[in-house]
This record gives sequence, C-alpha cells and structure tokens, in this order.
Amino acid sequence: MAPPPPQSNRSPSPSQPSGKSEVSDLKLQLRQLAGSRAPGTDDSKRDLFKKVISNMTIGIDVSSLFGEMVMCSATSDIVLKKMCYLYVGNYAKVNPDLALLTINFLQRDCKDQDPMIRGLALRSLCSLRVANLVEYLVGPLGSGLKDNNSYVRTVAVIGVLKLYHISATTCIDADFPETLKHLMLNDQDTQVVANCLSALQEIWTLESTTSEEAARERENLHSKPYVYYFLNRIKEFSEWAQCLVMELVAKYIPSDNSEIFDIMNLLEDRLQHANGAVVLATTKVFLHLTLSMADVHQQVYERIKAPLLTQVSSGSPEQSYAILSHLHLLVMRAPYIFSSDYKHFYCQYNEPSYVKKLKLEMLTAVANESNTYEIVTELCEYAANVDIPIARESIRAVGKIALQQYDVNAIVDRLLQFLEMEKDYVTSEALVLVKDLLRKYPQWSQDCIAVVGNISSNNVQEPKAKAALIWMLGEYSQDMHDAPYVLESLVENWDEEHSAEVRLHLLTAVMKCFFKRPPETQKALGAALAAGLADFHQDVHDRALFYYRLLQYNVSVAESVVNPPKQAVSVFADTQSSEVKDRIFDEFNSLSVVYQKPSYMFTDKEHRGTLEFSDELGNLSINAETGDSVVPAQRVEENDKDLLLSTTEKDDVRDPGSNGSAYNAPSYNGSAPSATSQPLADLAFSSTGATGQAPAPGLAIDDLLGLDFSVGTATTPSPPPLTLNPKAVLDPGTFQQKWRQLPISLSEEYSLSPLGIASLVTPNALLRHMQSHSIQCIASGGQSPNFKFFFFAQKAEEASIYLVECIINTSSAKSQIKIKADDQSSSQAFSTLFQSALSKFGLP
Amino acid sequence: MISQFFVLSQRGDNIVFRDYRGEVPKGSAEIFFRKVKFWEDGELQEAPPVFNVDGVNYFHVKVVGLLFVATTRVNISPSFVFELLQRIARVIKDYLGILNEDSLRKNFVLVYELLDEVIDFGYVQTTSTELLKSYIFNEPLVIDAARLSPLGPAAIFSQGTKRMPGIAVTKSVVATEPGGRRREEIFVDIIEKISITFSSSGYILTSEIDGTIQMKSYLTGNPEIRLALNEDLTIGGSQGPVSGYRSSSGSGAVILDDCNFHESVRLDSFDTNRTLSLIPPDGEFPVMNYRMTQAFKPPFRINALIEETGSLKAEVYLKVSAEFASSITANTVKVQMPLPKYTTRVSFELEPGANGQTTDFKEANKRLEWSLKKINGGSEHTLRAKLTFSQESHGNITKESGPVSMTFTIPMYNVSQLQVKYLQIGKKSGTHEPYRWVRYVTQANSYVARI
Repeated sequence: MAPPPPQSNRSPSPSQPSGKSEVSDLKLQLRQLAGSRAPGTDDSKRDLFKKVISNMTIGIDVSSLFGEMVMCSATSDIVLKKMCYLYVGNYAKVNPDLALLTINFLQRDCKDQDPMIRGLALRSLCSLRVANLVEYLVGPLGSGLKDNNSYVRTVAVIGVLKLYHISATTCIDADFPETLKHLMLNDQDTQVVANCLSALQEIWTLESTTSEEAARERENLHSKPYVYYFLNRIKEFSEWAQCLVMELVAKYIPSDNSEIFDIMNLLEDRLQHANGAVVLATTKVFLHLTLSMADVHQQVYERIKAPLLTQVSSGSPEQSYAILSHLHLLVMRAPYIFSSDYKHFYCQYNEPSYVKKLKLEMLTAVANESNTYEIVTELCEYAANVDIPIARESIRAVGKIALQQYDVNAIVDRLLQFLEMEKDYVTSEALVLVKDLLRKYPQWSQDCIAVVGNISSNNVQEPKAKAALIWMLGEYSQDMHDAPYVLESLVENWDEEHSAEVRLHLLTAVMKCFFKRPPETQKALGAALAAGLADFHQDVHDRALFYYRLLQYNVSVAESVVNPPKQAVSVFADTQSSEVKDRIFDEFNSLSVVYQKPSYMFTDKEHRGTLEFSDELGNLSINAETGDSVVPAQRVEENDKDLLLSTTEKDDVRDPGSNGSAYNAPSYNGSAPSATSQPLADLAFSSTGATGQAPAPGLAIDDLLGLDFSVGTATTPSPPPLTLNPKAVLDPGTFQQKWRQLPISLSEEYSLSPLGIASLVTPNALLRHMQSHSIQCIASGGQSPNFKFFFFAQKAEEASIYLVECIINTSSAKSQIKIKADDQSSSQAFSTLFQSALSKFGLP
Repeated sequence: MISQFFVLSQRGDNIVFRDYRGEVPKGSAEIFFRKVKFWEDGELQEAPPVFNVDGVNYFHVKVVGLLFVATTRVNISPSFVFELLQRIARVIKDYLGILNEDSLRKNFVLVYELLDEVIDFGYVQTTSTELLKSYIFNEPLVIDAARLSPLGPAAIFSQGTKRMPGIAVTKSVVATEPGGRRREEIFVDIIEKISITFSSSGYILTSEIDGTIQMKSYLTGNPEIRLALNEDLTIGGSQGPVSGYRSSSGSGAVILDDCNFHESVRLDSFDTNRTLSLIPPDGEFPVMNYRMTQAFKPPFRINALIEETGSLKAEVYLKVSAEFASSITANTVKVQMPLPKYTTRVSFELEPGANGQTTDFKEANKRLEWSLKKINGGSEHTLRAKLTFSQESHGNITKESGPVSMTFTIPMYNVSQLQVKYLQIGKKSGTHEPYRWVRYVTQANSYVARI
C-alpha cells in the first residue's frame, strides 16, 4: 500500500464518501474508457477525471488509480491532460515507481506541436520531485530553455530551479545556471528574465555556502551593469517582477549622487502605482539610496507620505495593515515629519485592535507642542471605548505623551479625570501613570495626591495599580492624611494579597511611612515585618528580614537607606535598542517590519532568502560551537518581552520586586556592615533606581542603556593593558552590521607554526583555542587549503568590540588578518593579543 | 516566494489547497485555522493578517467570508503577499462570475488550472485575467446569480466591511451568454467610502473620502477608452489634511490629497485636460484610487442624547437627518450605539407611521441597533429607547455609552463631486453601440457621532 498522499491529513467529513468503494468503481470505469475511441469518450473522461481530482483534494487516497489515469492520458484533449498532470504531480513523489510510468508520455508531450502542451508537460515533469528520475529532466529542460515560445521558456526556467532542489549537482553539471544567466541578459520576454532572476538568486544563495564563485555571482547581481539592465526595462516587467527588481536596486550602491537622482527620477511614477507592493518596494529604494544624504532623505519622507497614506485607505484591510506597519516604522524614525498628519492616525471604531494599537503608538510618537492638546483629547475619547484593551492602551498613550512633553499641565488634568471616571480598568491604568508622572515631575505631587487620596484601596484590584497606589502612599505619606491607616488596613489583609509585587511595595511603603510619621505607623510596621518574615515568597521574606536587621542595626542609617532625598527620573528606558531598530529598517518592506523584529529572530537560516542583507558573512556558516546560536534565541525572548512592555513596565525592571542579585554593591554613603552586603545591594539598587542617581550596574539594564561604557570610561583615565571579556556575546546580526559600518583599522599578515597548520585539520580546534583566549568565533567556513574565520572580542570593562576576519592558507602557512574596532586606538594592542593567541595554536 | 496557497471556509474546511514547494510541514491549514480561531496574544483577541508559527509565516485575507491563505518560510514583503492574495481572489471571481464557497467547489478544476498558471514553484507568473485566458481551458460552471442576490445592484455594497466587494456585475469574463453572442458593455463605477467623526456638539472633527474608479469591460477587440474627469480637478492642492478643512463646503474645485492609477492607465493628457486613457484589460480592476480630506457636506446628521430619567432608568433619543436631494434614496441604513454595561432591558418607541424600520438590543455586547430599509433625501427619522439598569450609574452616563455609528449605501450619489464627464470608446467593434454604465455609489466607512 502506498503511503498517504500529501493532503490526506484531513479526515473526510461525514457528508463525504468514505472512498474505498468509490475508488474501485472509478478504477473500473477508467479502464473501460482507456481503450475506447468512441465519440464522446473525452467528455466521459473529463467527468471521471474530475471525480478523481475532487476525491484527491478532499484527502481521499486515489493513488491506486495511477496506472489507469496514465493510460487514459493518451489524448489530445488539453483539459484532460491538465487534470492528468495535476493528478500525477500530486502522487508522483510518494509513488516513485509509478512516476516512472509517466515519464514516457510527459517526455513525448514535451515535444508536442502545441507550445501550451510542451510547457505543461515540462512543468509536470519537473514537478515530480523524484530524485531518481532527474536524468530524464536534463534533456527536455535544455530544449525548453531554447524553445521559441516564451511560455515554454518561463516554465523551463522555473523547471531548472525545481531540478536544482531535487538534485543540485545534476543542475550544476548541466551548466544550467550559466544558461539562465545568458537568458536573463538576452531574452525578449520579461517574465523569462524575471524567472531567471528569481531562480538564480535562489540557486546562487544556496550554492554560495560552498562555492566562492556562486557568492561572487550573487554579489554581482547588485552591480551596476545588472542593475541598469533591469532598470532600463522596468516598465516592461509585470508589477510583481518590478517588486523583484526594486528589491535588487535597493541593495545597489551608486557611485555618486547624480546616479541616485537618476534612479529616483526613473522610479518616481512607481509611487503612483495602485499595487501597494510596488509602492513599498519603490519606497525602500528611495529610502536606502538616500541614507547618506540627510536632507534628500528627509525629502523622501515627505514625498512618500501621501502615496503610503493613500495605500492605507484604498487597500484591503490586510494591505492597510501591512502599509500602516511600515508607516509606523517611519513615524518612529522621524516623528516630526508626520506631526501634522496626526489625524490620519486617529482610530476608527470598526478597525481591528491590532490596527488601533499601531495607530496609538504613532499618535504617541508624533505628539509635540502644537498637536498634543488635540491628540490627548482624542485619546481620552478612546479611554471610554467599549474595546477595553484599546481603552487601556489609550490611557497608557496619554501617559507616555505626558512623560515626553515639556508642558504637561493639561495632560495632568486629564489623567486626574481618568481617576474620577470610576471604571476599574481606567482607574488602574491611571494610577500607574500618575505614579510614573510623579517620578518624573515631583512638582505635581500636590495636585495628584489630593485626587489619589480619595481613591479607596478596596476599589483597586490589579496588582500593578495597587502597587502604584501603595508606592504613592509610602512616598507621600506626609501629605496624605490617611496614609498610615490605609497602609495598616492593607497590612491586616496581608494574607489575602496574592501578588508578591504588591507585598514588596507594601513593606517598603510602611517603612517609608514609619520614618515620616513614626507614632502612627509603628503598629503597622511591626505587623508588616512579622507578616513579611513569615511570607513564603523568597523576595518578600528577604526584604522583611533585611529591613528588620537594618532597623535593628541603626534606625537613622535605615532611614537614609530607605528614604533618601528624591531626584526626578529624567528619561525612562527605551523599549527597543536602536541597533534592533536599524536592523529592521535595513529589512524594510519585509515581515521584519510587521513583526517588529529583525529576520534572524523568526526565520531559520536557510530561509532568510534574498531579502537579507548579504555580505561576506553570508557565505559562511554561523558557527554553533561557541554557543552563539543560543544567544540570539535568548535575545528573541528578551525582545519579545520588550515589545510588549510599555515604558512604565520596562521601568519596573528597576523596581525592587523583580531584581536578581547578581550585581555588586555600589559605593554608598555610610559604610554598610559586611554581613548585610548582599541584601543591601538589593535595596541600594532599588533606591538608586528610584532616585535616578548613577544606576547600579545590573546586567540587563547595562545592556540597554550602554551604561557599561560610561562607567568604564569614567574609571579608566589612563589606558590599562588590554584585557578581554571572556564571556563576550554578540549576535550575528550586530556583527554584520558593525562589519559593514566600521572601517578596517588594521590589516596584517602572520605566519603560522607548522604545528598550528597541522592542527587545522579540525578547524573547530582553533575556535576552542581562540575562545580560551577570550576571542569568540562567530562564523567559519572554507576548505583546505583556504579557511576563513570571523572572530570577535570585547574589552573587559567596556562595550568596545573588536571584529576580525582571518583567512588562513594552510599550504603557505600564512594568515591574513583584518581588524575592525569600535575603539581604533587600541586595535594595535588587540592585534598583538590576537597574534600571540594565534601563534600558540597547536602548541602542546 | 510563497510555499502554499489555500482557501478555507468559515468553518475551516479546505476548499482549495495547493502546495507549490513542499517545504511547509503537513497540517499547515489546521495549524492556521486553530490559530486564527483561538487567537490570543496578550490583550489583543483578533488574529492579525500575518503571523509566524514555528518558522512558518501565515498570511490571510478575508474575501466574501472565505479565508485566502498563503504560507512561506522566507522573510517576504507582506504587502506583496496580501496584494497577491487579493488578486488571486479577483482573478477567480473574473472567471467564475461569482466568488463564494459554492462556486469554488463547483469549479475546483478550473481554479487549480488558474492557480498553476498564476504561481509556479512559489513565484508569481501573472495575475492578469487577460493573459491567463490563453492558458485556461476549463469552462466555468456559472452559478445562478439571480438566486443569490435578490436585492438591487447596490445591495452588495452594504456588507459593512471596509473592502469594496466590487461592481454589481456577476458574469464571467469567459463564459458565453445563453444567446451565444456576448453583449458589448463596459461598467465604470465611482465608489466612495466616507469617514466622518462628529463631536458631541455636532462639529466635524475629521473627515475623509476614499474613492475608487472601478472598471469592468466586456468589449471585444480591446478598444482604447478615454475617461474625462472634472477639468478643475486638483491633486495635492490642500496642503496637508489639517489645513485642508475649509469652512465653506466644497463649492468649486475638487481637490484630491493624492491618487494612484492602474498600470494600464496612461496619463499623457491628464495634466492638460484631466483625461485618463487606457486599454482596459479583461476583468475587474481599479482604474484610479483617490483620497481627499477636503471638506464636504455630510449626507447625514446624527443627533444623539442619553439622559437619566430615574434611579435605574435612562432614555436615549436618536435623530438621523438625510441632507441630500429628495430624488436620492439611501439603502440599508443601520445605526448602532453601545449602551452602559449594566443595561438590562430596552424598550423602543419608533416614530408614528415608521415603515421598514427594525430595532434590536444586542444583549451580549449591550448594543442598540436600529435598521432602516431606506431613507429618502430630505427626511428625518427618530427613535426613542427607554433603558433599564441593573445598578446605579455612577459618574457620567454619557461616558458609559456611545459613540453612535452608522452604515449606509447611497446609490447615484457622490460626496466628492468627482465626476466622469464622458467615457469615450476608441474604435467600435461591430455595428452596435456598446452599453456604457457609469454609476456612483457612496458608502459609510466609519461614520461616527460622539455623545
């Protein structure tokens, strides 16, 4: 019995026949017709074939009819032939033996008088996807590529690509890529040309992992002669092929500005195309070509605005979403250019929530002094929306605008109105916002506290909101008359509070309140510490214990730790690194923009396709040995979260609730007893976070703000001997980007010891060796005698990165090194280090 | 480059399934459907049109209640795929006359034939109905159009979705008429979707017209067509939408913010006399899309009021005034208003002698719905509704309800005043003068009044 057909995974629904008896019935009828020459036979065959195909598509296995179907295919009726080809294409792969039966008639059809039949037969022949039949493909493909009919040629070109996927060597041996290249540059028919381009891009990309020549050919596609050849014919291409060509042009690097203007003038009218894909592809060309010309780049933004907005409103909802995602990216990059277009980003009541979400972010970004009032008014309308998630987002948007504005007068009033709206979710979101607002603008405390004081903690259920309320109770307990008593009642209900975050905040708030109003709070503090010490949650327990010991040690020290003078937070952390944003911009007009992630985060390597930025790295395999393959995965996780977090939530990373304890205690006023240094670090971290003094180095946050760098430079007045960070990490995307951006700061040639050369039999040994010297390999490749490696290293106390391309020729025992560095002044020192590490390779 | 294409019914049944590259694992249709049906991603409960599951990207567009889906593993341009899916749907519709589950099932062999010519190994070959004609040999089995749409031609505009379902022509581009001869005719439809937001005091906060000139030609011999638009048409004249709102309502020139054209359109004489010339390909296609934020006279005014009338009671008053000429009639009008969450019962009071009006209180999402079969120009209609609450309303009751939204279709009416002044057919084929249909339709996109 043959294995099930590809689509048999769908179980037939009850209304459909079970198949068995019907299939044998069909078999019988087909047999009867196979030999018949009576008039009307073709019509009966058509009906029968239709039944077979119908069964096939609903998942019934009709592969047992293969023989009969092939017998019946001896006909001149093209409709019958097409159905037969469809059937054969579906079952050949799982029935290789049966597929052999079809070769004969397909080969015969490839020589038919009718170009339509030649094309169809050739397409079916190449679609069989059976490896042991490839020998039968080469001949028909060869003649197909030379056929005088363009339909046959378009089919043949894609046929070559199919052959490549079945058997790459057969395809290469027959020299088909070379033939395609010739066709691409000479064929009259633009669809043939477009297919050649698609096929060659795919073949050369896959081949380039092993063949330098293919890599060169692929790079060549972006060279001037090719790009100009395609551009000169651009209007002959179909709209789909135009997209393909423009993707290529976007990667072209023009030699001077006049070239840039020529290309843009040529493509200008493509922005008026009704097809959104063409408009976006054109936009990408314009944006990428003008990256180095700031003023023209800005003009491009102005130019593409109207066409993109038209696409948003004239396309299908799906297309609108895709275009809007791209507008979102552009708005985020240059909000000021869109600040007068804010009305286009107002939400419509019938839009899906994923569209509204994008629009809210855009409204937040374009808000400036001139339009804030109107935008905030509009957002307040959404806050009463029936769509609760969007209502919440709207309130958060108001908060974000408040945090990025200079004049928040009016906004504060609106936020306070939210608090009075008496809708649970509105109150919750608004509380969190007011908390953040107070951290940035402490001068508003009088107005806010008066309103917050009226909110009963019983009406606030969401942990984030409750935590925010408690924080304000602690922070402003001197201004809030009820604070000690509200806190006391909250402590009394300690056991009913399920959120550890809230309990942590409660502990801290009671402490703060105690220092301000000791007699009223003493009782609550005692109860809170007792409850905290008995808490099952590790952090809560630890903090309670820490406060307890701190108080025991010295009350005034405790006060200076828990209640230091406040300093306003000036900037809240951004949610996405600029590096990631640039990478997404590089991949404009792709899914990266919609997902808001660079492609390496959601696409496996072999499917990155032609959109990915290509440079030398593309030729080499990403090395898994160094553990780098794990790192991007983690980054995906992090960034995933980042995307979901709002500024306010991000900020919570610095809050006491969610910190780890893997950092060192910062220097601190008042020496702390060594016994408590661990928990002290914990608290100090939270207090610095709250006060905005130099934040303590926590790993995650360092990364985000690049604090490592500033701290490092501040403490190293004279250059120390270069030491490298043994645990440096760098994802391949950043590597590529840096490699592209940085100039070569050193280029040298070293000799290698014979022992080292001998050890290169296993290139991985070199990677491990270099790793032991804190130099990580990110990619490697090549075959004896030529090996190519890409390394990177990082200064021990700085974010400064070194990138190395190292080509080793084992027959000459020479290695050529190119070094690129963030800090070029130290590249010589690094080179020495690198050479000494390399020279030790292979030594016992 | 896409990997698979399939069409699913609303229930998730495979109607058409084509695997072009065999690189996406089995069961992708099930994975897709489950994901869309039970979408959950934080607070958003609606699946976006593209998402990634285990390295496979699933794209979908909704067309007449069917899901047109493409999958791929590569990082492709999303707008390319969405446009492609829409175009495949349009090509199939051109061939079948009517696109729905039934016609797809009846014609699946033809559909597969089309799919094989439109895409080869994942690469788009052509989506032109015209070009495809020479590769397609199956005859469509056209299903009976009359049985499907008993309502007038404008009925198909009233489906409440943002997308235009197209012009009311439901015959296949290839099927021959029962009489044997094809009727020579050409349809040009000017379709305008309008969006308006009224403030609670009745001011227009935002307004926009998104228009399309759609064409469907059944002329033999591919004659050249010339379409003349308003001579005083200006493009990009209103410097941005914000300053574009004028106090005077649209007397004089039509000012478009921006527009785009089908690739067959030649604009040689557009700058001088606002004439578009083109050789229309077979099938339905948009000749021109345009967008304007110039002020226009809204076809309807909405007055809405909600007042507390007791401790657990309130009353809603709605008035809709049709501010267009009495010779024109709006169809399938629907007014909706979200009511406070704690509303339990609503009793309606229509105006005396109300005809063809229905009212409903949608308990599940607490929404009031008022449908009017038609509204004549110049007329006014009112509705009173008495609400009963399960709890005291605290705070502002107007913040707990609204905004009022409205959907409608107005045939032979366009708000932008953009017009096809004449439609000229280049060379006549045969003796008969071809039929020319130029029709205008205005439809609500987002028509909202805040209270």
